[in-house]
Amino acid sequence: MSVDIPLPVLSPKDFASDQEIRWCPRCGDYSILAQMKKVLPTLGIPKEKFVFVSGIGCSSRFPYYMDTYGMHSIHGRAPAIATGVKLANPDLQVWVITGDGDSLSIGGNHFMHVLRRNVDLKVIMFNNQIYGLTKGQYSPTSPTGTKTKSTPFGSVDRPLNPLSVAIGARATFVARSVDVDVKHLASILERAAHHKGSAFVEVYQDCNVFNSGAFAFASKKGEKEENVIFLEHGKPLIFGKNRDKGVRLNSHDQPEVVELGKGVTEDDLLFHDEKSEDMNLAFLLASMRYPEMPEPMGVFRAVDQPTYNEAVYQQVEAATERNGEGDLEALFNTGDTWTV
Amino acid sequence: MSTTDVSGANGKISEQLDAVVIRFCGDSGDGMQLAGTQFTNVSAVFGNDVKTLPDFPAEIRAPAGTLGGVSGFQICFSSSDIFTPGDEVDTLVAMNPAALKTNVADLKRGGTLIVNEDAFEKSNLSKAGYDSNPLDDEEALAAYQLQKVPMTSLTRDAVAELGLSPREAERCKNFFAMGLVYWLYQRDATPTEEWVKSKFAKKPELVEANLKALHAGYNYGITTEAITVHYRVDPADLPPGNYRKVTGNEALAFGFVTAAKLAGKQLFYSGYPITPASDILHELSKLKNFNVVTFQAEDEIAAITSVVGAAFAGDLAITASSGPGIALKGEGMGLAAIMELPLVVVDVQRGGPSTGLPTKTEQSDLYMCMFGRNGDCPMPLIAPATPADCFEMAQEALRIAVEFMTPVLLLSDGYIANGAEPWKIPDVSSLKPIPIVQKNTQTDGEFMPYLRNEKKTRPWVIPGTPGCEHRVGGLEKSDVTGNVNYSPENHQFMTTLRAEKIAGIADFIPEQTVEGPESGDLLVISWGGTYGAVRTAVKQSVQEGLSVAHAHIRYLNPFPKNLGDLIKRYKKVLIPELNTGQLRMIIRGTYLADAVGLNKVQGKPFLISEVKQKIREMLDEK
Ligand SMILES: Cc1ncc(C[n+]2csc(CCOP(=O)(O)OP(=O)(O)O)c2C)c(N)n1
Ligand code: SF4
Repeated sequence: MSVDIPLPVLSPKDFASDQEIRWCPRCGDYSILAQMKKVLPTLGIPKEKFVFVSGIGCSSRFPYYMDTYGMHSIHGRAPAIATGVKLANPDLQVWVITGDGDSLSIGGNHFMHVLRRNVDLKVIMFNNQIYGLTKGQYSPTSPTGTKTKSTPFGSVDRPLNPLSVAIGARATFVARSVDVDVKHLASILERAAHHKGSAFVEVYQDCNVFNSGAFAFASKKGEKEENVIFLEHGKPLIFGKNRDKGVRLNSHDQPEVVELGKGVTEDDLLFHDEKSEDMNLAFLLASMRYPEMPEPMGVFRAVDQPTYNEAVYQQVEAATERNGEGDLEALFNTGDTWTV
Repeated sequence: MSTTDVSGANGKISEQLDAVVIRFCGDSGDGMQLAGTQFTNVSAVFGNDVKTLPDFPAEIRAPAGTLGGVSGFQICFSSSDIFTPGDEVDTLVAMNPAALKTNVADLKRGGTLIVNEDAFEKSNLSKAGYDSNPLDDEEALAAYQLQKVPMTSLTRDAVAELGLSPREAERCKNFFAMGLVYWLYQRDATPTEEWVKSKFAKKPELVEANLKALHAGYNYGITTEAITVHYRVDPADLPPGNYRKVTGNEALAFGFVTAAKLAGKQLFYSGYPITPASDILHELSKLKNFNVVTFQAEDEIAAITSVVGAAFAGDLAITASSGPGIALKGEGMGLAAIMELPLVVVDVQRGGPSTGLPTKTEQSDLYMCMFGRNGDCPMPLIAPATPADCFEMAQEALRIAVEFMTPVLLLSDGYIANGAEPWKIPDVSSLKPIPIVQKNTQTDGEFMPYLRNEKKTRPWVIPGTPGCEHRVGGLEKSDVTGNVNYSPENHQFMTTLRAEKIAGIADFIPEQTVEGPESGDLLVISWGGTYGAVRTAVKQSVQEGLSVAHAHIRYLNPFPKNLGDLIKRYKKVLIPELNTGQLRMIIRGTYLADAVGLNKVQGKPFLISEVKQKIREMLDEK
């Protein structure tokens, strides 16, 4: 693309496809779709350069509803497909849309590898702690004891923490938001879009049919302020309706909730550093789970590291510089040849 | 046929032969693959036709000296064109008792048996299960011309002055063996000497040691009294041109790179290591300056799906694996089929099921490749006949993929992949370019991703193209618009349409040809790597006056248009396969032909004699 041509000014409407949306009424997916349509026009990227790749699940119908290039693929494999898209054409901005079952059950392997490679993709995981499309079985993020059709006596699995998995895979951008917190969600999507490398965003998404209210603690007005902490780079961890509570490390370096005032000042609190190269702080924040602790929302980690696609093309360029552009005739004649 | 003359030097006799089969065998640490490859090279450069059959154990390091650790390499080289590495061995080089025990049955009566006498000591004998030294049993080995050569000690003496460790010194004994065989067949060692110099460029002491061992072996042939005859095999009468040696996997890599270059497209190759397909990844990884991106995926599913993504984004996209990996790729192939994206899946077959015989050859993935996807999901299927044929078929696979917007399966096998033969280097300017289907739009200007051309092919429009934004996916869709559509009539329509598109490819592939009479008593049908054995067996049977012809099928889905008519022109049909009758079932089902099978599942290719015997049997019965 030439940089001289002014880009057409796009609006959310330009990103709406003509396909009928088939999610259940009041599904959290609608909100995420709406925020996505809002964010994309602000990025200064021409419409034809966006590609949405999804797996299988309710959330994975997403690409059909976006008027961009898209692929609704097979269960769990979207990260690998998106890697192929990005490697074939690094000029594209590639988004992966996935569910908690899609990415952590069947696709756990690809999920981990795409993040550890740092392929320049944006992975948005719609976490509803349930299998929606297959009508309500427990998922790898469902709490132990979850009663579903496949677990009438309660699940005995221990759940995965998606953020810990992502941080463990050394994802260079890790964030969390909630479907109904539209401003926050939009800002996180926007930051993911601008991140160079694999960006992982977990979105708490309400499946109001099979797992209604699973994230009420983090979405209900008037309550959520007591249950979540909005992370800000360089700022102390403060929360509460009256911003009167904070998190500090105790003598065992474990996070604990303290009340501000009464001898505790902001300086005693844990300060957020999303750019920290070591992952301890991010792990610690990811380990804070409701109801024992307030759950952090926002960007856990945002570090700048070389991307996989860049490295791949650097090798192609280096090989071409060293050996010249490939010449078939020369290739065929390498090694011992003879003439008859 | 051979002629004999007495050459001047040392009064030794030089006998002229048409074709010779040599097998090097020893422990997997003895360097037998190297010896075989080098002998192949010098014979090819000399101008013989060559065919090879490497055979290695599945374990990387089976206990030294055991029967399970024996590694072999067979070469047939000839002054006329040949199609197999040969049935019987003329000269067997056995580096230890285990190698002798597992290979001697293939040595023909009167053949030359060269053994490393030093290795026939107590512990090796017992590891190979010999109660006594077989070299002392003159009766048992009386059928062969036995040459007992103390190779280990002779090699040690030859390199003594270089100050190598005893272990390093002994490791050169494969070069001693090569030298001796080079003398026996009057090979010019120069290409091997050059190879040693470049291979060990950083270790001059190893260059010298290997060359000394090579020359010591050669000189041993000249001076020893025991060996009185050496042999000459003249260059083959191949079509004029420039030649090199290729293995099937190399030729596939060359073919893919060539197609991409001719199409002006980037090549994207993704694979997960598996024997015997890994070499395709290795070869292509070296060729990045040909605008090749290679991706070692985390598993076969990621390999196929990344290729699906790359194809969507506009690359010529390829993945390869062997049986177990192809099984994992099934769902991804179905996705590519319903989205109608062009890509190539290579299956280098090995013995199955499951991990089966990982280093041995078989043809038993035909059913899986033909049918092994959920839903009604036909895919074009082609199979090269020989290592060199892989070059053309690789391009053919990509041509079909982009011309018809479909995933294509290419079936190779371990025998083709690792086997080598002379390849006539093509004139680059004579290669056919690959046409790419351009985007088309509906008259009202709105882009329709499933609008088709006369070949029923939809356009390949890649992300980044303004105004053509569209979605593809695994859900059934309407034709023309590509919108999701589950209606019963639409699914029926689309299923039929996809099947017709694939069947229609028959109009754009060559018709089936036969070697031998155009009609007659017996038609032998083969596919894949059994080409050489079947071709030779039929040729020899025709020479013996039998009414038999050979059709080797390289296009398995769709079959060539004339195949059904052709089959009807013969009274009987024989289908030899290295499986329990997979093509036979398909041919019987498709053409209602009463085909008979010759089936072998031993991890080994057919012998010519096995096929000939079956041909005789079928013609004898009334
Ligand atoms: C190979 C394969 N196995 C199983 C399925 C069935 N399946 C479809 S979606 C799904 C789980 C979806 O759950 P999640 O990823 O959490 O997405 P949601 O529907 O909740 O958005 C399953 C098991 C499938 N489509 N493919
Ligand atoms: S089942 Fe749940 S996740 Fe799926 S569309 Fe309905 S509400 Fe949304």
